[in-house]
Amino acid sequence: MTWAGPLLAVALTMIFGMILFAVLGKDPVRTILIIFWEPLTNDFSRSELLVKGTPLCLIAVGLALGFRAGVWNIGAEGQFIVGAIAGGAAGLAVYDTAGIWVLPMMCLAGAAAGAAWALIPAILRIRFNANEILVSLMLVYVAGLWLSALVTGPLRDPDGFNFPESRIFHDSATLPILIEGTRAHVGALAALAAVVLAWIALERHEYGFSLKLFGQAPRAARFAGYREARVVMLSMAVSGGLAGLAGTFEAAGPVGQLVPALPVGYGFTAIIVAFLGRLHPGGVLLASALMALTYIGGEGAQLEMRLPAAAISVFQGMLLFFLLGMDVFSRYRLAPSKARLARRAQGGAA
Amino acid sequence: MTALLSIRGVTKRFPGVIANADVSFDVQPGEIHALLGENGAGKSTLVKMIYGVQRPDEGTMFWNGAPFAPGSPGEARAAGVGLVFQHFSLFEALTVAENVALGLPAEQAGRDLPERIRRVSAEYGLPLDPARQVGQLSVGERQRVEIVRCLLQSPRLLIMDEPTSVLTPQEVETLFLTLRKLREEGVAILYISHKLEEIRALCTAATVLRGGKVVGACDPREETARGLAEMMIGRELAPPGAPSGTSGAARLTLTGLTAITTAQFGVSLRDISVELRAGEVLGVAGVAGNGQDELVAVLAGETPVSPAMIQLDGRHVGGLGPTQRRRLGLNVAPEERLGHAAAPEMSLTDNTFLSARTRMRLALRGFLRLGAARGYAAKVIEEFDVRTPGIHAPAGSLSGGNLQKYVIGREILQAPGVLVVSQPTWGVDAGAAQAIRQALRDLAAAGTAVMVVSQDLDELMEISNRFAVIAGGRLSAPRPAGETSVEEIGLLMGGKADAAA
Repeated sequence: MTWAGPLLAVALTMIFGMILFAVLGKDPVRTILIIFWEPLTNDFSRSELLVKGTPLCLIAVGLALGFRAGVWNIGAEGQFIVGAIAGGAAGLAVYDTAGIWVLPMMCLAGAAAGAAWALIPAILRIRFNANEILVSLMLVYVAGLWLSALVTGPLRDPDGFNFPESRIFHDSATLPILIEGTRAHVGALAALAAVVLAWIALERHEYGFSLKLFGQAPRAARFAGYREARVVMLSMAVSGGLAGLAGTFEAAGPVGQLVPALPVGYGFTAIIVAFLGRLHPGGVLLASALMALTYIGGEGAQLEMRLPAAAISVFQGMLLFFLLGMDVFSRYRLAPSKARLARRAQGGAA
Repeated sequence: MTALLSIRGVTKRFPGVIANADVSFDVQPGEIHALLGENGAGKSTLVKMIYGVQRPDEGTMFWNGAPFAPGSPGEARAAGVGLVFQHFSLFEALTVAENVALGLPAEQAGRDLPERIRRVSAEYGLPLDPARQVGQLSVGERQRVEIVRCLLQSPRLLIMDEPTSVLTPQEVETLFLTLRKLREEGVAILYISHKLEEIRALCTAATVLRGGKVVGACDPREETARGLAEMMIGRELAPPGAPSGTSGAARLTLTGLTAITTAQFGVSLRDISVELRAGEVLGVAGVAGNGQDELVAVLAGETPVSPAMIQLDGRHVGGLGPTQRRRLGLNVAPEERLGHAAAPEMSLTDNTFLSARTRMRLALRGFLRLGAARGYAAKVIEEFDVRTPGIHAPAGSLSGGNLQKYVIGREILQAPGVLVVSQPTWGVDAGAAQAIRQALRDLAAAGTAVMVVSQDLDELMEISNRFAVIAGGRLSAPRPAGETSVEEIGLLMGGKADAAA
């Protein structure tokens, strides 16, 4: 039952996606095959699944923890950017210095920066009851502008002919490749570790228990002695930290430098991934693979079928739409007409 | 004489349970008819069928001799059935008249409504100001709103579900006068209550349900309360043990406890000073909404106060949170079971972590010990006779009484130094209520200081050694339970601290 919703949502997305593609004048069956099947048929695309799945999985695992507690961090994209900036800047600060400590230092800087960026909405919620959805979302654009400002200013490549980009990271600041000849990097292992740790936290540790309790019954959580401020801070910091780490990985991995085009929406897509995976770490792992597939297949469809990029975004958005719709219908049923409702309201209010 | 309402062979099944099996009885006009039974005996289902919320699977109902099958509450009301719920369905931010209007058909909710409310409420001795905001009314007054709303539709059968559980003794008397007046006018009243003494004083007929079946009918005036109780539960009741008279050192001391609330309709606690001694049960009586919730929240540590206001075994704990207080031996069972004392969607196993993880070592350095939690949940279920499919059942699937047993059991088995319980037997049937009271007394006998916050005076009289009343956020000085009359307590509950001093 738990998993029927996501599966049905995927099926509905395919059906309505095909209608969308047909309306755009493309062969619907062929497009769906390009998106969902072709990426699985060659080695390079399969390795790209790891490249795209890693940030999605890392971010979504963190978001899922927070969502369990009813803490709605919508700004993972911003934390991702800030993580990339901090991790990248840390690497550039020691440019051309070799050492195995360089990458860990970058990762720490990235995760810390992501966490700090996420703590801004957390603190505003605790202190002023500001809505963390809005604040974290707005901070995405602030972070994006910081990235642009920094790569056109202090972090600009001195030998880069004034292009808005940083130096290309030196070897010690670049993530080791996992599979020779591909872009799949060791960040994938970190994502796997995050899944396992998140599972332990949720199922075996008080931290996860307090999150679930807060999400389900806030008063019971206070009775149990868990403080809301702590839960909000921790879940924002963890999801922000993981998003920041994903940002550092992206900069130090596939991209190899800081550029304004570094963020491609992983932080937003991860929201879909978290829900598609039922806010469960194992589910998030599977869902991130599926969403990575639509990214790669979507690029293929843009090339082969000349689909606009927006059509792929709409397609991904449909998935979340149907998923949330499924959840509504699994909890509620359709109500009778207005007239009967009015009669019932009269009957029930005495 | 034709019965007003005849129920013949009514059966109602739900998946896995038969709520009513072949139920038959009559309610005559001008009769106050008691419907007796433990929790889960099938009273609510029966009422829902009479009120048109549910339909019988088998059997028929007759209204004045004609077949009666209301398809909705509206139809039942049109026929002349009125229902006063146990839990009120009122909007606090609206006025009395607005609330009444919401429950009436549009054509009856006209401009003259406030006048009619005033007239009807005066006529039946239930004074109400139609212009007042419901949030400012006492619980007794809120009940009047519900009753007046029913009376405006001139019902011929009035169903009252646990009407007195929230009232002071004086308010109960007023209510009884109203009910008797209605009876004299020929209105039939179906009266549901756990309070057997009240039933004996008020009702002229009774139908006893057990396990969905009618197991007896009697004239309650000719029965003893004990006899009625035994009819309900089908076995003999053990006589209650006398409260132990010994009390030792002070374990919990409140000194000038003050907590100003900013919540709308909240009650500020003012200058509460009291000592809770080892081995005693201190009863705290009071009408709902006089600071009980706030007091329990402050004692639980959900609302911190300055450290010296609360002393536990000589330590200042006012500033500590719930977990640290439990570690030091102060446990609390709040009134609201679902969503406060227990998380509805979580299993009984997971719910042990809420309050028992520290004292019962269910979590070690933050890691949950699932095996230990399962064992503890099983122990609570076993020792407190919690009826449930097992430790994996979600708390929300338990009936109110069984969840109450679980919640109280979860705290008692931790052997705390001080236990504060709110409404320990609210909605719990006679047999289980007695088991809970006995467990509380046993806990006190073992040296725990117990505070019971309750609106049930009979209960407090039975289990308390000492007795205090909370009114308007102030607590009266405790007095020995044996030396206080119900009338005095009633006056204290009304806030007249000097009248009874």
